[in-house]
Amino acid sequence: MDVLNVDYMLGLVPVLLRYLPLTLQLATIGMVLALILACLFAVVRVLAIPVLNQLTIVFISFFRGTPLLVQLFLFYYGLPQLVSALTVIDGITATIMGLTMHFSAYMAESIRAAIVGVDRSQTEAALSIGMTNGQLMRRIVLPQATRVALPTLMNYFIDMIKATSLAFTLGVTELMGATQKEASGSFLYFEAFIVAAIMYWIVVELLSKLQHYLEIRLNKAYSR
Amino acid sequence: MIKLQSLSKHFGKAVVLDGIDLTIEKGEIVVIIGPSGTGKSTLLRCINFLEQPTAGTITVGDLSVEADRASRSEILAMRRQTAFVFQNYALFANKTALQNIAERLLVVDRWPKEKAYQRAREILEQIGLADKADAYPASMSGGQQQRVGIGRAMAAGAEVILFDEPTSSLDPEWVEEVLGLMKQLASARQTMMVVTHEMSFARDVADRVIFIDGGRIVEQGPPSEIFYHPQDPRTKDFLKKILATNPV
Repeated sequence: MDVLNVDYMLGLVPVLLRYLPLTLQLATIGMVLALILACLFAVVRVLAIPVLNQLTIVFISFFRGTPLLVQLFLFYYGLPQLVSALTVIDGITATIMGLTMHFSAYMAESIRAAIVGVDRSQTEAALSIGMTNGQLMRRIVLPQATRVALPTLMNYFIDMIKATSLAFTLGVTELMGATQKEASGSFLYFEAFIVAAIMYWIVVELLSKLQHYLEIRLNKAYSR
Repeated sequence: MIKLQSLSKHFGKAVVLDGIDLTIEKGEIVVIIGPSGTGKSTLLRCINFLEQPTAGTITVGDLSVEADRASRSEILAMRRQTAFVFQNYALFANKTALQNIAERLLVVDRWPKEKAYQRAREILEQIGLADKADAYPASMSGGQQQRVGIGRAMAAGAEVILFDEPTSSLDPEWVEEVLGLMKQLASARQTMMVVTHEMSFARDVADRVIFIDGGRIVEQGPPSEIFYHPQDPRTKDFLKKILATNPV
């Protein structure tokens, strides 16, 4: 076995770092959109709003029940075939759509569970002072549910960062795509992918730190 | 003034409130007593529309609502006229004492921030918890939490404050401070309806004591009448039992 080519690895770091922002962008935009969508789904489910509730159940079932890669191919290769106007969808947009819908389906369920877990007395107190349903959700229930849901949601965010690597199958040159290109030029596969792996790893570690910090902040109101 | 006309509440086949007629004057302190499960709490919860009454009319101040066909906006308006103090305090867990009191002023009455917090501070002062302004419920004693609960109800400037067994969840050591605050409110002639098992509070503070059994008003009158000259056998029976364990 050849020795690891350390010089190559070190040289690769700045090259690959240029593609890290795109990876983070895909994950961040995906996460923000997925969160918004998941909150809407969760509220629809909790309030059991007719029609929307049924549609949401089917949506969640489909996007949890099928592989993300299949969904990405459906958006990128499949949709334009049905609707020619959709040929304008590029790989980046298709990736964000896929990540958003896939992860919103998962997150909706954990947000819903967190909402249902907020003590009934909190809702009653909010109603008793004359709050509307929207106000009590926004000001009382969701903030308390956030604390419960945070660890799970951060897990999904971490998962989403890694899932952005699938974008390379749609021709998007993010961290994974760039690594693939570099490796097939140099044939130093192990070196190239270990550098990429460490980069993902560091990003995820930083996020875990952020999660820890957020948990302390959100728990402030609940410690004696 | 509060006026209830043939107010009833059914849960399925169970009749919890069976046509309650009741008029309460402004500034009157009414204490409601009776055996458990006879509709005392349900009565208060119906006035605040935490339960939807099955039939009857509720009038609070100049707002009158046909209970069974109350619209959303009527329900909200009725909740704004009334304030509720819960047995388990039910303070907003994600908000400080100050925020708990200011919340209604900010969100429901849409006061400007500064004015709302200033009013909330005045109330904290009044309930003797000025030093707990930034404390969260989880870090306060039961007695302190319930005082904030009462402070939250005071902020409303409501026609009536409804107290649903406000001391029943408290450790004995905290009961006095909560009753003390309620007495303070009573002497300021805040209209109050209080469901409680604290018979000495009823005797000392109430203008009128109402005995409820089986979802109906059995007997009512000034505490001196009800406690010392009860007429109905059910009232006598109840008082004998409860005074044996809670002497006044």
